[in-house]
Amino acid sequence: MRELRGLYIIWYRDLLRFWRNTGRLLSSFIMPLLFLVIFGSGIASSMTGLMGGGGNFNYIEFMFPGIIGMVVLMAAIMSGVSIVWDREFGFLKEVMVAPMSRTTVAIGRTLGGATIATIQGVLMLVFIPFVHISVSIGQVLLILPLMFIMAFALTAMGILIASRIKSMETFQVIMQLLLFPMIFISPAMFPTEFLPSWLNGAVKINPVSYAIDSLRQALTTPPPGMPGFGMSLFGHPMSIAEDIAIVALFALIMVSLAVWSFGRQE
Amino acid sequence: MGKIIEVEHLVKKFGDLVAVDDVSFEVEEGEIFGFLGPNGAGKTTTINILCTLMKPTSGRATLNGFNVVRQQNQIRHSIGVVFQDPSLDIVLTGVQNLYIHAYAYGVPASVRKQRIEEVLRLVGLWDVRNKTVRDYSGGMRRRLEIARGFLHFPKVLFLDEPSLGLDPQTRYAIWDYLLNVRKREGITLFLTTHYMDEATVAHRIAIIDYGKIVALDTPEALKRMVGGDIITLKTGNIDVAIAEIHDRFGIDAQWDREGVFFEVPNGEEFMPLLVSNFKTEVHSISLRRPTLDDVFLKLTGHEIRDEAGGDTAMRRQWAMRTARSRGGGMSH
Repeated sequence: MRELRGLYIIWYRDLLRFWRNTGRLLSSFIMPLLFLVIFGSGIASSMTGLMGGGGNFNYIEFMFPGIIGMVVLMAAIMSGVSIVWDREFGFLKEVMVAPMSRTTVAIGRTLGGATIATIQGVLMLVFIPFVHISVSIGQVLLILPLMFIMAFALTAMGILIASRIKSMETFQVIMQLLLFPMIFISPAMFPTEFLPSWLNGAVKINPVSYAIDSLRQALTTPPPGMPGFGMSLFGHPMSIAEDIAIVALFALIMVSLAVWSFGRQE
Repeated sequence: MGKIIEVEHLVKKFGDLVAVDDVSFEVEEGEIFGFLGPNGAGKTTTINILCTLMKPTSGRATLNGFNVVRQQNQIRHSIGVVFQDPSLDIVLTGVQNLYIHAYAYGVPASVRKQRIEEVLRLVGLWDVRNKTVRDYSGGMRRRLEIARGFLHFPKVLFLDEPSLGLDPQTRYAIWDYLLNVRKREGITLFLTTHYMDEATVAHRIAIIDYGKIVALDTPEALKRMVGGDIITLKTGNIDVAIAEIHDRFGIDAQWDREGVFFEVPNGEEFMPLLVSNFKTEVHSISLRRPTLDDVFLKLTGHEIRDEAGGDTAMRRQWAMRTARSRGGGMSH
């Protein structure tokens, strides 16, 4: 009961901070909007041509789930910042003398960060009318758990890193080093079929690839006869369930490490 | 009244450095107990051990009957802490900070709202409760931390350097609130400070230096240890004045920038005797009762305010700061 209460209040605080910070809310729109405008209008035409042209391939439709995935990824990892922030501003001490275990604190923060990242992902759906795709309520309900599991995994990763790092500067650097490869060495922005095999290998190691693939499968229908639209592993095309199983496994590993690291460190 | 804190042979080492060196003491329920010593003396380390933030290397400590190592959650329910450094969520409002704390400590929902209002009024922050803490002044933040510290009806409120970095006026205001809280709630205050005037608020003071308690008593008794009152003469001729004092009263006076000074048991009665027939020219005479500064000087051989005066003191302080921020204490 005590730990449950702790879990709730840690989660609640994260959300409260999120709602009070309208800047964070607004800025979460800017980056994806830029991507949609720049990539959407600029690169879409050439990309469509590259993919064999015709009316089959709609690049914006392809990219949109990738953008959602990118937003969730960034929001999730950034919640690690709040741990570093709490340390700098001393609030971590208040948490550390509170009557709850370190495990509760770590899991509560992961849940809080994952919730916020999911909310930010959901907010991206306001762009749906602009990308001219049709999405049913059923599809929206399907991507909610997909986004949440992805967000949970990546928040746990952010917290794991943050628990080892003392300064904001170091955290920012490490995040940049992680963030961009995780986005761009994945099928977020382009089909990975045409990548050289060594890079394609990296795509398959990157857990974000499977998360984005699951979102893409849930939101769009691949045009018939288009190779490289979806992820495959050892020649086997991945289903949504298989994709998300991999992400969930990654989440489990990350949250275990985060709990361990947080408990040891503080 | 019983003992609320019992500490026996407490030791805390950071590598080679002995931060707390075989410390034993007891705190009575309801009293104001003070730890007085320079930075790096081991005050915060002791508090951290009592607050379950660090494990002792050896020794035993209980609080409210609970063991600080084995019964962490019971201890945490029994204490409130006002840390040396700020520990508020400055993004949230005052009342939100308190709500989160009340919830985390399991203050029942039925009394939560009422209790939050009560503590906010007690520290004079009710009117600004919905302002973001970022917009609070230093003194307001400290008061909010104090309110948060006793919100969940703890037995002991720890105050680690409660008026560090505050101007004197704010310091007095904070203490007004604190003494008010103590009166209303009957709570034990455990305070660390290196301000002498702050320490005199305490019923009993432990003077701590280089990790050891060098004296523990009431402020009055401690002052009595120094001896009597201190008389200072300003004179143009120091040597002659010292010689005359020696010849007439058999007292060995000393001198510093302030002038010639010496100790007598009862300064008020001694002054007329001194001035009645003094040959050396004197510009002024002053009488000073002993302060805790004098006690500290007498017991440790150095002044409290040259905190990092010596090289060892400096190194000590650094080692302990880094050890604390690394949080190294918890892992072993």
